[in-house]
Order: sequence, then C-alpha cells, then structure tokens
Amino acid sequence: MTAICPACVELPPLEIDPAKSKVAAPQTLLLSLPSIHCAACISGVERTLQAVPGVSQARVNLTQKRATVQSQPYVNAASLVAALAAAGFAAQPLDPETIAATATDATARNLVLRIAVAGFAMMNVMLLSVAVWAGAEDATRDLFHWVSAMIAIPAVGFCAQPFFASAVAAVRVGRVNMDVPITLAITLAVCMSVFEVTQGGLHAYFDAALSLTFFLLIGRFLDHRARMAARSAADELAALETPRAMRICGDTEENVAIAALAIGDRIRVVPGTRIPVDGRIIEGQTDLDRALLTGESMPVRAGSGDAVHAGEVTLTGPLVIELTALGRDSTLHRLRALVEVAERARSRYASLADKAAGLYVPLVHAVALLAFCGWYFLSGDLRLAVNIAVAVLIITCPCALALAIPAVSTVATGRLFRRGILVKSPTALERLCDVDQVVFDKTGTLTKGTPSLDEGHGLSQAQFALAATLARGSAHPLARALADTARRRGTPSVVLSQVCEYPGRGVEAVFEGRRVRLGSADWLGVPGIDRLATWVDDGQLPPLPLCFNDTLREGAAETVARLEAMGLPVTLLSGDNAANVAHVAGQAGIALALSNVGPEEKLAYISKLSDAGIRVLMVGDGLNDTAALGAAHVSASPAAAVDASRAVADVVLLRDDLRALPDMLDLAHLARRRMRQNLWIAAIYNAVAVPVAVLGFVTPLIAALAMSGSSIFVSLNAVRMKSS
Amino acid sequence: MNVLVFLIPVSVLIGALWLFGFVWAARRGQFDDPDGNSARILSPDYDEAPKPEE
Repeated sequence: MTAICPACVELPPLEIDPAKSKVAAPQTLLLSLPSIHCAACISGVERTLQAVPGVSQARVNLTQKRATVQSQPYVNAASLVAALAAAGFAAQPLDPETIAATATDATARNLVLRIAVAGFAMMNVMLLSVAVWAGAEDATRDLFHWVSAMIAIPAVGFCAQPFFASAVAAVRVGRVNMDVPITLAITLAVCMSVFEVTQGGLHAYFDAALSLTFFLLIGRFLDHRARMAARSAADELAALETPRAMRICGDTEENVAIAALAIGDRIRVVPGTRIPVDGRIIEGQTDLDRALLTGESMPVRAGSGDAVHAGEVTLTGPLVIELTALGRDSTLHRLRALVEVAERARSRYASLADKAAGLYVPLVHAVALLAFCGWYFLSGDLRLAVNIAVAVLIITCPCALALAIPAVSTVATGRLFRRGILVKSPTALERLCDVDQVVFDKTGTLTKGTPSLDEGHGLSQAQFALAATLARGSAHPLARALADTARRRGTPSVVLSQVCEYPGRGVEAVFEGRRVRLGSADWLGVPGIDRLATWVDDGQLPPLPLCFNDTLREGAAETVARLEAMGLPVTLLSGDNAANVAHVAGQAGIALALSNVGPEEKLAYISKLSDAGIRVLMVGDGLNDTAALGAAHVSASPAAAVDASRAVADVVLLRDDLRALPDMLDLAHLARRRMRQNLWIAAIYNAVAVPVAVLGFVTPLIAALAMSGSSIFVSLNAVRMKSS
Repeated sequence: MNVLVFLIPVSVLIGALWLFGFVWAARRGQFDDPDGNSARILSPDYDEAPKPEE
C-alpha cells in the first residue's frame, strides 16, 4: 500500500527520497480511471499498481478519477494499464504534459482562496456593523467604522480582482459586461464609505461591498467549476492520443514525436493503428479504414505507391510510409483551415446573460445618475446626492443576476454529466434550445462503424463454419464481424492448415486438401455486387457472397423518432455510397439522406441552412465532419470521435447510447426556463428595491438584507431543477 | 469602552489565524480530493507519511 499524505503529493519525489533519485530519475505517469467509485476501488487500484515492479508510489484521486504513479523510467503506462485490466479496472494512460498545460486547478484554487478571504472579512465587518446598527454612537461608531475600513479595503482589493480585470478588459474593447456595474458599485461603495468615515458620517457600506464580493465570487466559482469539470474531461480525451511515430533510420527504428519528422522520412506503421502523417506507401499492402476521413464504411485496398493520409487506419498489413506532406500542405492542416473558416462564419452568439447585461447595465447607470441629479438639484447637498446614488448602485448590483445563470447551468451541466453528456461550451445549453433541425453523420455516429452480418445468406452450415474459421485470423472489420457472429451462435470451427492472409485481398487456407478462400470479389474472380460483402470459395462450388449491414447505434431509431416528435426534422449526411446510406436511413427512419458528401459539401450544406435562418444541431465524429460541426449552430460528437471533432463540438456524448440527445434537448429547455425565471425574480426585486433606494430610504442594514435575500432565492430556484 | 481598542485587534487576529490555517491547508492540497478522503477514512490500509521502511 502506498504511503504518502496529501501534502507530500505536492512535493517532488526527489525531496521525499533522495537515495532513490541517485539511481535514476523517477518519472510520473498519469492514468485515467473512469470506473472507480468507492473505497475498495482506491485500495484495489493502489495495491495493483504498487505490485508492478519499478513503481515506487501510486496515489488515486477519486474526485478526478485519476491515478498518479511515480516509477522508474523503464515502467511504461501500457504495462500499468494491463495490470489494472487484469485486476478488473478499466484505465487509460494520460499525457501528463497536456494535463499540466491546462492548469485549470490553479484558477479554481485561486477563486476558493478569494472566497475564503472575502467570507472572513465580511463576517468580521458584519459583526462590527451589527453594533453600529444596534445604535453605537459618536466615537464608538467612528472607531468601528475605522476598523471596518482597515479590514475591508485590503480584502476588497484582493478579492474583487477578477471583476476588476474583466471589467477593464471589456471597457478597453468598448463593450460593457456584467462586471462593469459590479466594479463600479464595489469601488464607489468603498470610496464613498471611506469619505463618510473621515467626515464622521452615519452610514458606511463596507459590509455591503464585502458581501457583494462574496456572493459574486460564489457565482463565479460555480460557473468556473461547471466548466472545469467539462474542460478537464475534454482535455483528458485529447491527452489520450499522443501523436508519435516509428521512424526508420538505417537498420534501427526510433519512436519520435510527429513534430520531429521531416519530408522524406520513412516510418513504419503496424496493423491496427492510425497512420500519423500524410505520405506514400513504399512497402506493404493493406486494407485502409478511411471512415474517419471520408465516412466510407468499407475499407479500401492500398498497396505500394498509393497515397495515405493522417487519420486513416491500416487494418491488415504492416506498412512503410514515406512522408510527403507536412504542416501547411497536410490533410489535417487543410481540414483545420476549413474549420477555422467555418467557425469565423458562425456569428457571435449573444448569451442570455449578455443580453440581460446589455439591457440592465445602461438602465441601472441611468437610474443612479438621475437619482444623483434629482437629489442634488432638490436639496443642493452634494454629499447626500452621492450617498443616494451609491445606495442605488449597491442595491441594484447584479448579485442575483450574476448568480441567476451560473447556478442554473451548474445544476444542468452536472445533471447532464451524470447522464454521460459533457457540455464543453458555456453557451451550448442555451443554443440547444434554438435548434430547428438535426443533421447526423452516418459512419461512427448513427452507426457503430462496425458491420454486422446480414442473415439472408445462402450458405450451408458447413460453408458458414469454414468461412467463420477463415475469418478468425484476420483483423479486417468484415472478418471480425463474421467471426463474432459465429462465436455467438456457437458455430463449430473446422481444421485448416497453411492459413495465410493477403492484405487487401483476403485469407487463404487449405481445408481437406482443397484451396479455400475468403475475400474480395475481384480476388476470387467473380463480379462484385453493390453491397458491403465478402465472398467465400470452398473450392467446390462457385464463390458465394456474405453481405453485411452497418449496425445502428443503440437507440438510434428511437432517437430519430423522438426528435421528429419534438418537431425537429432529421437529415443524414454521409460520405459513404448511396446503397449503404439508403439502407441505414431506412433502418433509422430518416426520410432525407444524402450520400457521397465530402467535407466541403457538408460545410456548404450547413451554411446554406444557416443562411436560410435554420439553426442546426450537427452530430458527427469524423475528420470530414469537423468543418460542418464548426459551422452548425450547436454541435455534438461521440467520445469515440477523432480529437479534432471533439475539440470543435460543443457537446461530447460519453456513452454509446444516442437516446441521450433528446434528453439533453429536454433538459436544455428546462434550464432555459429556469434561467428566465431567475432573471425575472432578479428584475422584480430590482423594481421594488430601486424606488426605495432612489427615495433615500436605504440604510446599510436594508441593503445587506435585500442583497442576501435575493441571492438565496435565486439559488434555491436553480437547485429546484435537481428533483424535477 | 476603552477595552474595545484592545479586544477588536485580538479578535481580528484570531480570525486571521483561522484564515491562514485554511489558506495553508488549501495550498497543501487538502481539498484536492474530497471524495477520495471521505472514502479513505474507511480503509484499513496504512495511509500516512512517511511510510516506514520495510
């Protein structure tokens, strides 16, 4: 069992054990453990990791569902993952550099610190204020005010910095956000109070300035935490892929980062892995799975001299690739440029909070200014007029308004996260409410991307057993699907000898003295059919086809039906051929399906819809969808998607089930209703409070009560979502 | 009332000590894994630093 206290986690291992560091510099590995949930999991994981030779420390963080492992440099993440898998824990290695670079934890810790300081200062000042409200007079009151000032001024200066910074940034670019009135109210309240104290005045608003800061910081923290949970999960998804390649130098091979490669370098790609760069095949033959790039569900054959692109997966044969394009010229870069164009075209979305701030800010400032002018001309007393203007600013300071939206989105994103939906963009919930049409990609989104055997084949039991046994040795998706079906049915296997796989063609073997083959139509010398099919030749009868269908994701048809019932037309856009697309569209119940659509055409289709004022929810997973995802009003992608798509999408679906989509739309509508309610509550509160303030009846006591009251009311309304 | 001159700074100081304690704990990462800590308290495994040499 590991033995480090939380405090020691912060210290580098060198300081904990100097003796060990002399042997070799220890390394830190990070593992993601999505399935752990209890005390037994913690001990189990830590004990398992500790038992791996070379591991000096293992520490699980249950909150982040991560393990940090200190080990000797020869230990690699894959062996740790294997050890955990043997013990029954699913784990994935994370790239520590990507995680560290995000540094979201520091911001959260910073906010907590400010909340703590603000809370501490507020309570002390409140205590002193209670004495003043209770009737302290003359010297005592002045003393209490002075002590309050000494606590409040440094506390506000430290705690309210996030608001000051944001307000200054907004004003500098000529915009006004919610932080401008906040900053104005806090600074004016403090300055005014200091002036009053030096004059021995009756009222000081130090407690108001501090409790404003305190409540607003809580709103800010909620907002940040909801987004951090989403962001860190998205970062983890990105960190799962570390782009490296095997470079061939002479007789040896070395594992290098993609960035270190140059044009003309040769790299080796083993079967079953993603090709990391654009290039040309020098050696080897394979079946290329291009589903992520083009949406084709069927692998294509590629051999020496053929071009390959980053993102394609080689299935059957090992390849040697010569690099032909880097940086600007590469396929990935072209797609990224397309995404940038698409995102620029997406107009700046004004969130509900922005809209509220846009209405609210000028109104409040106008009222405060009017109150000031009115009182100044009526009474001629500058000090009284300033006092009342400050009271108006304090009482209208958008405490409730600043909590109204973050509190609701915290609750909503938390609920969605528990259902396996990751909301990445802060305005995604609101944009989901506007959706008029849903567009799906086919391969990998609506379908699982793995084919399933069509039962209507004309093979005898013996022929099927033969085909299934031949398929067992191949990594081709059709062969795997065939072998899976046979295993489920309990089909007996036959005895084969001299099994040999020809990459890009099929599998050949000898059965009872005859040459038997399973593979593509042209390899077996028969005319092909317009279906996803593989052919089996048993050496006696003419070759027979085995047809396959794309398997729909769980709940796909139900999802489409529910979306249609919600009044959202559903469209299918796919890069695959017409026959496959029509088949899937028929199964899922989608009326409008377009096939052979490239990335540019997908983007054009979405742009055409948005130009017509139709707001689209795009769901896609491939590199060919990224531009369309960026152009859509709001976008979602499954967790299995390429990282480029996940980065562009507003929402990531962590589970395989598509039924989460309509649930998400329902919840988004509910969240927006709550946000509107909260804004109304805040508005009504202001409508009551402002006349009181303008007429000059507000004392610091009333301000303190009103402010806390409205904030608590709004928060409670947001929490109400949890049960409904 | 003169005693206030003395009592107020003392109470502020005591409060500040608590605040310092909280800041220290947050910096040391004691709030980094609240879920894990609540689970670990039930575990019989040795979980203090430094671990005795075996």
